[in-house]
Amino acid sequence: MSVTTQNPGRGSSETARLLSTVDPGRRRTDRVMQVLIYIAFGLAMIPLGWLIFTVVAQGADRISLDFLFQSMRNIFGGDPRGGIYHAILGTVVITALATVISVPIGILTAIYLVEYGKGWLARSVTFFVDVMTGIPSIVAGLFAFSLFALIFGPAVRIGVMGAVALSVLMIPVVVRSCEEMLKLVPNELREASYALGVPKWLTIVKVVLRTSVAGLTTGVLLAIARVIGETAPLLVTVGVTDSINANAFDGRMMTLPVFAYRQYSQGNAPCPGGDTATCVSDIASQNAWGAALVLIAMVLALNLIGRLITRWFAPKLG
Amino acid sequence: MTTTVSPPAKSSRRRRSGNTDRGFNRVFRWIAVGAGATILAVLAAVALFLISEAWPAITASPEELAAGVPRYPEDTSLLAYLGPLVFGTVLAAVLALVLAVPVAMGIALFISHYAPRRLSQVLGALVDLLAAIPSVIYGLWGFFVLAPVLTPFWTWLNENLGWFPLWGGQVSPTGRSMATVGVVLAIMILPIITAVSREVFLQTPKLHEEAALALGATRWEVIRTAVLPFGRSGVISASMLGLGRALGETMAVLMILSPGFTYTLDILAAGQHQTIAAYIAADFPESTGLGVNTLIAAGLALFVITLAVNMTARWVVARRKDFSGAN
Amino acid sequence: MERLVNLSRFTRAGSAVAVGALALSLAACGSDPEPAGSTGDETTEASEDMEGGLSGTLSGGGASSQEAAMNAWRAGFQQANPDATVNYDPVGSGGGRTGFGDGSYKFAGSDAALDDEELAAAEAQCGEGGVIEFPGYVSPVAVAFNLEGVDSLNMGPETIANIFLGEITSWDDEAIAADNPDADLPSTPITVVHRSDESGTTENFEEYLYTVAPDIWTAEPSGVWPVDGQESAQGTSGVVGAAQAGEGTITYADASQVGDLGTVAVGVGGDFVEYSAEAAAEVVAQSPRTEGTSEYVYTIDLDRDIAGTYPIVLVSYSLACTTYDDEETAELVKGFLGYVASEEGQQAASDAAGSAPLSDTIRQAIMPGIESISAG
Repeated sequence: MSVTTQNPGRGSSETARLLSTVDPGRRRTDRVMQVLIYIAFGLAMIPLGWLIFTVVAQGADRISLDFLFQSMRNIFGGDPRGGIYHAILGTVVITALATVISVPIGILTAIYLVEYGKGWLARSVTFFVDVMTGIPSIVAGLFAFSLFALIFGPAVRIGVMGAVALSVLMIPVVVRSCEEMLKLVPNELREASYALGVPKWLTIVKVVLRTSVAGLTTGVLLAIARVIGETAPLLVTVGVTDSINANAFDGRMMTLPVFAYRQYSQGNAPCPGGDTATCVSDIASQNAWGAALVLIAMVLALNLIGRLITRWFAPKLG
Repeated sequence: MTTTVSPPAKSSRRRRSGNTDRGFNRVFRWIAVGAGATILAVLAAVALFLISEAWPAITASPEELAAGVPRYPEDTSLLAYLGPLVFGTVLAAVLALVLAVPVAMGIALFISHYAPRRLSQVLGALVDLLAAIPSVIYGLWGFFVLAPVLTPFWTWLNENLGWFPLWGGQVSPTGRSMATVGVVLAIMILPIITAVSREVFLQTPKLHEEAALALGATRWEVIRTAVLPFGRSGVISASMLGLGRALGETMAVLMILSPGFTYTLDILAAGQHQTIAAYIAADFPESTGLGVNTLIAAGLALFVITLAVNMTARWVVARRKDFSGAN
Repeated sequence: MERLVNLSRFTRAGSAVAVGALALSLAACGSDPEPAGSTGDETTEASEDMEGGLSGTLSGGGASSQEAAMNAWRAGFQQANPDATVNYDPVGSGGGRTGFGDGSYKFAGSDAALDDEELAAAEAQCGEGGVIEFPGYVSPVAVAFNLEGVDSLNMGPETIANIFLGEITSWDDEAIAADNPDADLPSTPITVVHRSDESGTTENFEEYLYTVAPDIWTAEPSGVWPVDGQESAQGTSGVVGAAQAGEGTITYADASQVGDLGTVAVGVGGDFVEYSAEAAAEVVAQSPRTEGTSEYVYTIDLDRDIAGTYPIVLVSYSLACTTYDDEETAELVKGFLGYVASEEGQQAASDAAGSAPLSDTIRQAIMPGIESISAG
């Protein structure tokens, strides 16, 4: 640090002490703020841990092979049989469809922004992608409903409507994360490719995309994790059913979040003779927690896989 | 792998003529531009389709609406009808924001300036997990677990600090009030505020921080004098992004709040407020005809509000290009 | 030199894709189970004596109040006719009546009888006099409360109306104490919990108060609760949950769902009657049939003041036509509604949803209508 003029009246140890300490008031403030900041972080971790613990504690008992691989067809009242297979299937189909719609548009837009983007179009695309990340999910659902209602009439409820709604939410997330990943590709690679006479599109496909594929995968997985738990847009678009339906273009579909919500709102079943093997009065909330556990496991797994992919496969740059 | 590149490379070399934008190059460029334009088209389509489906409700007379929509009171214009909903929506979002911003800034500072470097990424990911948890699970947790826990605290606030405008009225014995919703929403918007603020704090010029340290500043003084002033606009826009999220949150509100349609600040009381998003989700399944149009009109209002908030936030961010890496 | 690393980066990137693909295919793997589908095959409690050979898909919709009973009916019918599928959209009574009128629902459920205009629309669909309407689902609505140590209270109609209006605010109010000399009433404040969604239960409860306490309860009955600023929750389970969560709460809800909440014995005809499926069935059986309707339209004018009956009942109607365009639909509606109206179907609903079984008088009046359903 700076050179201090030695005061002959004091010992050097005293100088060192003065230099290395601050006055108590400032030090107290510093300590208090440090504690507050640590507490802030703790405050955020409390609900995370509490919530995950609750879901696991409440849902774990309900999980069984039957629960995972059976539907709710012909199950009613306090019947403890049945499961969430139709909801898992619906979630997978609708999310996959949303991914199929969003990923090409998202990655190509990211390519456009990073490799070609200039001028007002690029600026407005960047701006509106950001704005789009803030569209409320229920509005996305209403949009999909309006779109399909104009074509098929107001009674239409099919899986692809949900996929369209989810795409509106998913596209901006894909664009943002892929854009970041493409920007990480060093320009030397592109220039080297051009120097070899490789056309630009081939450079993008073979060099830029290849280099960033791990990051792109992560981005897509995180985007999927983001929309897989969406409830509100599906509530207004795909309807509900208790049977298995894998066809997103015909008929209602059940999805995990909607299933959890429906079971939550079903309440207790009347069991005249008390709880028995065939009638469990709080089976609906058990089902809701079970579905919540499966859903949260899916989301956490996607997040984990996504982050591990970056960690393991990301190009070490710089 | 790279050898497969050569044949097309040769061909492109053959017709090098100054203009490289030829053949498939041009096609590919147009595909990319098209994808970018699609984004704008989608956003426009969202607005257009919402308007087209909301139009019957916007143009209907109050009498028609009262006849066609179950909840609709007599002699009320659509705006007056949506008023309490907008109020409830904004109240919920502002409450969440007030609770979340200080904590989020603390977390952002913790990750950017206090936590060990090696851990900071992991800790950031942990906070982001809060955003990954589906909102329906927040709803379950809020209803079954959090609301009963908070109720005694709300009662205490009401009994001891009831003079404060927000804490008046009769406390809901179930805890299914706006205050509980505010807490849950605050948890849900923590990650986005944290993420954006964190990026901004990390971009504080090292020289500023080192200058402060050289003057003998403590760690907190460095933050107060160098980091916070630099990150102010970033924090503001982060908060607005959080506000946008909170405005549009549906399931947690739907499952926790005991709804009502009044203008009141008694956030501890039940049956006073409702948000637009939760209102739509609650009434949509059993609506027909004009009822659906009215719900979509409410959705349009929500869309316009969130769009305005998000655009302002992004505009603030965009003005300071340094922050463009944030979120 | 440094760039040589890129080669290995490419291969690593390749394996990243492989991992991603693996993750996706794993997810696909999980969606391919062995015996997915109906789980009811092993237990066929449903009748054997029903005409078991029906097939096809039948779609109806309407009142969500009927959903629990409808689930039982659908399950019973589908188990007896494994090739048949019955769908019921709980879109609300209004949606059900509209859908029935424009033909998109082949049968419908509604908490209110068709009005003249709707009947005209339905007759345009079904043909003159071709509408079948009967109270397939009758459910007692309990006035339930959560008060430590109190299981049952007597309340007259005026007291109930005043409580739900917010005029009586404390459990030890004289009006309550007067009817319950033996009860140990605390001074806990009363918290009213009502349905936040539009519902037939609300409309019915309001109609009850409007009929029996017209001086106190002046709001015109509609599906939406008229008093502002009270605690509310969505759906029957929502209000019951809210009532259970708070001390001193009172609500009205489908009686089968009130669980361990205390219930009110309602003052009727000078006496206090606890809710029961029998007492609820009784009020429907004793109330007169609406006059001047066509042959198969069996609607009732509920009489809320018959001694010994439970007056707060939700009467939800089943709607169908006597003629349909195609044979398959006609047979399905005939079979399904026949099951719904049968003793067995009513019992299934009673077990699942706590509803009051249809009386023999009504069954005898409407069975010929259901029998006559045909194509053409």
